[in-house]
Amino acid sequence: MSSKELMNSDEMARTLNRIVFQILENVKDAKEICLVGIRRGGAHLADRLGEIFKSEGYNNIQVGYLDITLYRDDLTTIAEYPLLQGTELDFDVRGRHIVLVDDVIYTGRTTRAAMDALIDLGRPKKISMAVLIDRGHRELPVQPDFIGKVIPTSNDEIIEVALKEQAGNNSVTIQKKI
Amino acid sequence: MSYKRKDLLGMIDLSKEEINYLLDTAQTFCEINERDVKKVPTLKGRTVINLFFEPSTRTRTSFEIAGKRLSADTVNFSASSSSTTKGETLIDTVQNMEAMSSDVFVVRHAYSGSVKFIAENTDVPVINAGDGLNEHPTQALLDLLTIRQNKGDIKGLEIAIVGDITHSRVARSDIWAMKKLGANVRLFGPPTMLPKHIAPFDCQICKTMEEAVEGADVVMMLRIQRERQGKLLLPSTREYARFFGLTNEKLNFAKKDAIVMHPGPINRGVELMTNIADCNRAVILPQVSNGVAVRMAALYLLGLSKKGGNNEDAS
Amino acid sequence: MKTLLKNCKIVNHDKTIDGNILIDGETIADVNAPADTRADKVIDCEGKYAMPGLIDLHVHLRDPGLEYKEDIISGSKAAVAGGVTSICPMANTKPVNDNSTITKYMIDKGKELGICDIFPIGAMTKKMEGEELTEMGDMAGAGAIGFSDDGKPVCNAEVFRRAAEYASQFDSFVISHAEDKSLAGKGVINDSEVATITGLRGIPAESEEVMVARDILMSKLTGAHVHICHISTKGTLELVRWAKAQGLNVTCEVTPHHFTLNDRELLTYDTNYKMNPPLRTQEDVDAMIDGLVKGDIDCIVTDHAPHHIDEKNVEFDLAMFGITGLQTMLPLSLDLVKNGNISMNDLVRLTSYAPANLIKKGDRGEIAVGKLADIVIVDVDKEYTFDEELNTSKSTNSPFLGKTLKGAALYTIKNGNVVFEFTAK
Repeated sequence: MSSKELMNSDEMARTLNRIVFQILENVKDAKEICLVGIRRGGAHLADRLGEIFKSEGYNNIQVGYLDITLYRDDLTTIAEYPLLQGTELDFDVRGRHIVLVDDVIYTGRTTRAAMDALIDLGRPKKISMAVLIDRGHRELPVQPDFIGKVIPTSNDEIIEVALKEQAGNNSVTIQKKI
Repeated sequence: MSYKRKDLLGMIDLSKEEINYLLDTAQTFCEINERDVKKVPTLKGRTVINLFFEPSTRTRTSFEIAGKRLSADTVNFSASSSSTTKGETLIDTVQNMEAMSSDVFVVRHAYSGSVKFIAENTDVPVINAGDGLNEHPTQALLDLLTIRQNKGDIKGLEIAIVGDITHSRVARSDIWAMKKLGANVRLFGPPTMLPKHIAPFDCQICKTMEEAVEGADVVMMLRIQRERQGKLLLPSTREYARFFGLTNEKLNFAKKDAIVMHPGPINRGVELMTNIADCNRAVILPQVSNGVAVRMAALYLLGLSKKGGNNEDAS
Repeated sequence: MKTLLKNCKIVNHDKTIDGNILIDGETIADVNAPADTRADKVIDCEGKYAMPGLIDLHVHLRDPGLEYKEDIISGSKAAVAGGVTSICPMANTKPVNDNSTITKYMIDKGKELGICDIFPIGAMTKKMEGEELTEMGDMAGAGAIGFSDDGKPVCNAEVFRRAAEYASQFDSFVISHAEDKSLAGKGVINDSEVATITGLRGIPAESEEVMVARDILMSKLTGAHVHICHISTKGTLELVRWAKAQGLNVTCEVTPHHFTLNDRELLTYDTNYKMNPPLRTQEDVDAMIDGLVKGDIDCIVTDHAPHHIDEKNVEFDLAMFGITGLQTMLPLSLDLVKNGNISMNDLVRLTSYAPANLIKKGDRGEIAVGKLADIVIVDVDKEYTFDEELNTSKSTNSPFLGKTLKGAALYTIKNGNVVFEFTAK
């Protein structure tokens, strides 16, 4: 089984930087923005985006994390339950511009679940979506607003996003399913 | 780690890892209960039947709320434990409920072992909501969750359980679970309410309230149910309060930051003096709140029929 | 008709000899017949044991009244399948066997089938209510061999005293189901660590012992023969030993389950292990074996207690007490021989010779010339699964059902006729 690196640590950092600037370009008032990472990968990316905002002088960007497990539409078919990590949002989402953050967008079902989860917490003014990788194959009419890299894939391939917070290194690789 | 059993019958069967997994899962549900919209869609379209063969309002309500917050349809079925109603057996009743395509049974029964008996005779996942004198696992889990939230690790804690140990399924479930998690448990109560063969509990047996409470991190007072326990086990609630009740004076023997617990409903002035029940060391109401989270966790882990298939994590 | 049982190891309570048994009609004509003796029927026993037919002093046949559990026909069949040729049904039928009409009904119904002798035990008190004495003389005349309210203790000491005294007038005896109900309470298993672990309510050993002590003292008071049934605790055994050491007219019995199983079985809440007295601790089990080894326990009985599946497949507290035993008594008792606890001769004494003496039936209990030809040919090595096919009782409430047993009755002969033959593989 061969795996191919599509993005290394430096490239990932530059990509995240670019996403921050794209977000800034697109909003009138950066104060309205809250970053909400989808656990687990998206949570770490949200933290990193937050840091980048900070380094650009935006100190008050709030970051939260969403556990969408309870909103998944495939719970009955997964063999083993993921351990619930819980949702952690220390701010009120009502009236805010929420930027959902995830590592990979694929079928769009996670994004659908994340929007449901978010809306159960209150009515945001706007929800946007930022992802590191868009691998295509959408099954729902969902489109991210900010994309790090588009990678055309087939269904028998696996995209793996390694983040130093979890895996110890930063990389995006692609490999064939066994 | 995960919870792979079909049922949740008792703490005695569970490993330390399983208990911790249940507690970790329950902890994440606490947040949902603090929201404005206290509902997630997880069990949408699922039917949870509360099969109560013994009257209960609190536990049943707690399970009902838990089910509803997970979007399940919860239905209550109440019946008597005694087989005086000739004809239909317990298993008949259960199979009738199963035939209505139920997804989870939450069962309370007056006789020990009956919930296990039901679980063995149905494919539907079963959660024990109390069987006779035997076990009340969700109560133990909510107690542990409450202790964890207040004290951190359960390991090494000094926990006193006071009251009618023999006839308490709460005590039994708590003792099994606390011992597995490494707590030191002391028991105290009138000798009429302690099992004669107490060795399997592997607990310190105390002779006085002071001995039981001395240096304790947690003091758990059990409910006295005189109407159920018969008049032979204690002469009066007045005398019980004097020798076995928790007063401020007795609580002073415990650690300064000790918490006071009670499975409810409290008999004020009997096992627990009013000023203690209402003081800031009492965590009785947080126990009740945690009960909903624990029951949500149990319903979540058992309530979805897992029909095989290793579906890829669809991002 | 003559039957020759060739190549037998003939076991009696006092000795074992190799020989050929010649049966003439209903009785034994010779135990040392030449191998070529002419007979209408010849069975080659191939060196297997020939034991006197077992005599079970304690069974429940549920007939009359509760025939959905068992009846005298099915009970007789279960008996002979277990090598048992005489059985003593207890009086807790519906109506209670508290008068000679019912006693006679039982005996006659047994005779109709004619494969097993029925020696009923009459009730000690009317309707087994523990208040008024029954017409023991009348019942003894009809064939009752003893008196007991088994299933219920006689709570009132005065009543027990008078019953024991009165029975002795008819050369009979009383059988005590020793249990202090107030102490047993709502108990369903032994009061031991298992009760603590399972949350099932316990029956203390003392609830048996306190009544055993009383009934022993009632024997002392009256001089009457008191037989303590189904003893189960070490303490009871010690009390019986004390009584025997005093020279009191006290005897006792034990069931195979009480010397085979301990209360750890209850950890699974299996109602087929629910019986009264309950399974006790291993210490008690060891005491029962010791009592058999030392000869303090007089006989082995089954307490065969059939119950319908609907009475067992229920909540543990609501399940009926009792298990069947007629077909498992022989293999379980043979385990004691295999384990070196007792000899084959002891086994015959405990299951046949001593019970025959207790019920004063001198025509059986031994393989000897002139005795009834009640014989069981036993293969002590036969291994088989005791399954529903082999089970001849109407009920299936045995914890041994589905288990592998060793030792079986190959042929059971009653009054000279082969009434059972082991045919399963």
